[in-house]
Amino acid sequence: MSVHLPSAPHAHASDSVPRIMGLVLLAVAPATLYGIVLFGWPALNLFLVTILTCLLGEAVCLRLAGRAVRPFLLDGSALLTGVLLALSLPPWAPWWIGAIGGFFAIVVGKQVFGGIGQNLFNPAMLARVALLVSFPVEMTLWLEPRPPFSGAAPGFLEGLAITFGGIPDIDAVSGATILGHVRTELGMARELGQILPGHYGAGTAALGWTGGSLGETSDLLILIGGLWLLWRRVFTWHVPVALLATVLVLAAGFNWLNPERFAGPAVHLLSGGLMLGAFFIATDPVTSPTTKLGQLIFGAGCGVLVYVIRTWGGYPEGVAFAVVLMNAATPLIDHYVRPRIYGRTWRGQSRPVPERARRPPAGSGGTE
Amino acid sequence: MKLFNFWGGVHPAGQKHLSADQPIQVLPMPARLHVPLQQHTGRSAVPVVKVGQIVRKGELLGRAQGGVSASVHAPTSGVVAAIGDFAAPHVSGLPLPTITLESDGEDLWLEREPPPDPFTLEPEDIAARIGEAGIVGMGGANFPAALKLGKARQAKVHTLAVNGAECEPYMTCDDRLMRERAEQIVDGVRLMLHALQAPNAVIAIEDNKPEAVARMKAACQSERQMRVAMVPSRYPAGSAKQLIQILTGLETPAGGRGTDTGVLVHNVGTAYAVHRALRHAHPLISRIVTVTGGAVARPQNLEAPIGALVEDLLAFCGGVAETPARLLMGGPMMGQPLPGTQVPIVKGTNGILALTAAEARLEATPSPCIRCGRCVEACPMGLMPLEMSKRARHDDLDGALDFGLIDCISCGSCAYACPSRIPLVQYFEYAKGALETRQRAEQKAKETRRLLEQRQARLAREERAKAEAAARRRAEKRQAKAKAGAAA
Ligand code: SF4
Ligand code: SF4
Repeated sequence: MSVHLPSAPHAHASDSVPRIMGLVLLAVAPATLYGIVLFGWPALNLFLVTILTCLLGEAVCLRLAGRAVRPFLLDGSALLTGVLLALSLPPWAPWWIGAIGGFFAIVVGKQVFGGIGQNLFNPAMLARVALLVSFPVEMTLWLEPRPPFSGAAPGFLEGLAITFGGIPDIDAVSGATILGHVRTELGMARELGQILPGHYGAGTAALGWTGGSLGETSDLLILIGGLWLLWRRVFTWHVPVALLATVLVLAAGFNWLNPERFAGPAVHLLSGGLMLGAFFIATDPVTSPTTKLGQLIFGAGCGVLVYVIRTWGGYPEGVAFAVVLMNAATPLIDHYVRPRIYGRTWRGQSRPVPERARRPPAGSGGTE
Repeated sequence: MKLFNFWGGVHPAGQKHLSADQPIQVLPMPARLHVPLQQHTGRSAVPVVKVGQIVRKGELLGRAQGGVSASVHAPTSGVVAAIGDFAAPHVSGLPLPTITLESDGEDLWLEREPPPDPFTLEPEDIAARIGEAGIVGMGGANFPAALKLGKARQAKVHTLAVNGAECEPYMTCDDRLMRERAEQIVDGVRLMLHALQAPNAVIAIEDNKPEAVARMKAACQSERQMRVAMVPSRYPAGSAKQLIQILTGLETPAGGRGTDTGVLVHNVGTAYAVHRALRHAHPLISRIVTVTGGAVARPQNLEAPIGALVEDLLAFCGGVAETPARLLMGGPMMGQPLPGTQVPIVKGTNGILALTAAEARLEATPSPCIRCGRCVEACPMGLMPLEMSKRARHDDLDGALDFGLIDCISCGSCAYACPSRIPLVQYFEYAKGALETRQRAEQKAKETRRLLEQRQARLAREERAKAEAAARRRAEKRQAKAKAGAAA
């Protein structure tokens, strides 16, 4: 059918796709800046390479598909994909990790499906998973923060050399994330009580003073950004709350069963990409269910998978895998979890009014 | 009183300040009125006057015919100038049979007997008089009021919900009516309760109209049967199904009637018209219309005769300050675009809205759905508009039906909320139209099949009869032969 006659409604909310994307970008900006400052020039280089490839990939695909380039490029979605992907990469990864990831995210993760709104998987997470599987070494190169002027920080030229030429002395810089560290040490049959103290402090973790990917480090800034988006009603509480609560409950439960084997809820909550995932990745409208109940299921599913992968899986960090897996389940959730229609039962039959319910509204029959 | 919540809904900018403080002004009688014979749901009225005939104000022009219909009356005194097609207030601009009346400037009422005290009348008689006055639902439903009352009495409703919610943005006609004519409305409600034989009435008003609430409360202070309920200002609180949900917590069953919940919803304007009809023997020949929008020079609330042209109303309001980007009959959420200003207002016209381009946000063009779920959240009926529109767009009617197309009340909340500006309601209207066409075609095919089967059955019967007759003849012949043989 074609759309020509103006049709009701003739009023619209001020929301628009570019505005939504813009708000999310704004919300993630503080954590991004903080991460870049913590990890210095190489991080900035990688960040720029990643988002530029995303934008380029988007433009090329749109041109090839014969669609309008400008409006779609300007809707902010490709930029956001680039930022989220960059945030989930090791900050000193070589430039080609960002380039391949960016291209993969946009071309395979989004445009192959038909562009914005059509993709099944979160493009940034799909790319991260692909990178993790293909380049495990580069993708797990974590380092301790080296803020500028701290002596250990590389200068601008040194930064370029790191991003485009490789890290000169890998062993000198590499550290491990808390989760990775816990996994390795547990593998060596040590107990958490011995592992954690020297390596983990909830305070430093929340502030981001810890090894990790670019944007996974400061949970506080991520949390503030996420809460701000909630307050601006960009998304609702259902996915993040379900996700975080599930991880929290599982972690607390297992930790209570065996504190020497299972890390406690605080460690889980404040490490890895959990906060970023809960507020910025799993809330991606395109790849999550559209009903509230569906979103609760989706969030809880992500939470379970994150915990399972972190605790028993082959990778120390599970957010990307969990989100991608639940993305795959989204069409199914949306098919089966529908709201109840007004005046109908859950099964779709007309819902009769029970005779006893047919009584005058409470308190009527007199003025106040 | 205890109120319940309704699902979904949106908060469009009210914009009622444009006209809310303008007292009702009487529109000077235009020289010509164009009274369509069909202003209601059901069958068109049949004209009972001839061209050239002189009529008085309130005289019958067209009589209701058939089960569902409503009469139309002369809004002023004058001469019937024409009976024929005239542009109707509908987006198509298709003409409808219309009686054109030339005003004689006298505005003389038809002499009538003073009406008897309505409370001495039987409930049926009240309903009959409401029907004779040509009263239809004035909130835009346009269903003949007398029929609705009669059916509701049979269904034994216990509560009359008087709808003064006026949840459409910009509209203030009900607000003004409640502020200025509260006693008359209350009287109308009393009469309707008598016609219904129902014990309670609740006057529901959105809490963004504190003055109307105060006036109505004062007016029904001594009425034991009535009370005023302040309902939350959230669109579409004034839709009948949602209002019932707010007041009772019950849902109108799918495919059923609102009265199944024991509640009948009528608009405040209808209550006012009932008062006019029963106390003054005045048929429904005028109504309050809000003329507003950013493009109108002086937004106002006008008491205008039915059949006045939109042009007349706009002119009285100082004309349009700039060319409106949208000219609507009704509010921005559910109003219909008008083909021009040369169309008459009808009994169900609550407003004329002239929007500027900025107000209508014309600059935005649709973009792909990002599955954000805002439409699902906004839908008061619990539907998934994104899924329905996806199917409607691909002519997958059964798919759209499966997602609840027939439960859609076309309220526009989903399309209002959509950040991609997808014209969701337009897809639904299109699909509903296609569905109707399909059902008609199926009906026709069934009828054809029935006729065909009938014919085949008849042919088969005839064939059989012929065969039997032939068999009989053969048998007779054989018998005759046998007889002859035996005789030989
Ligand atoms: S509101 Fe619009 S963009 Fe969002 S899910 Fe519904 S149709 Fe899609
Ligand atoms: S127009 Fe239909 S689908 Fe859209 S919100 Fe209203 S009832 Fe729901």
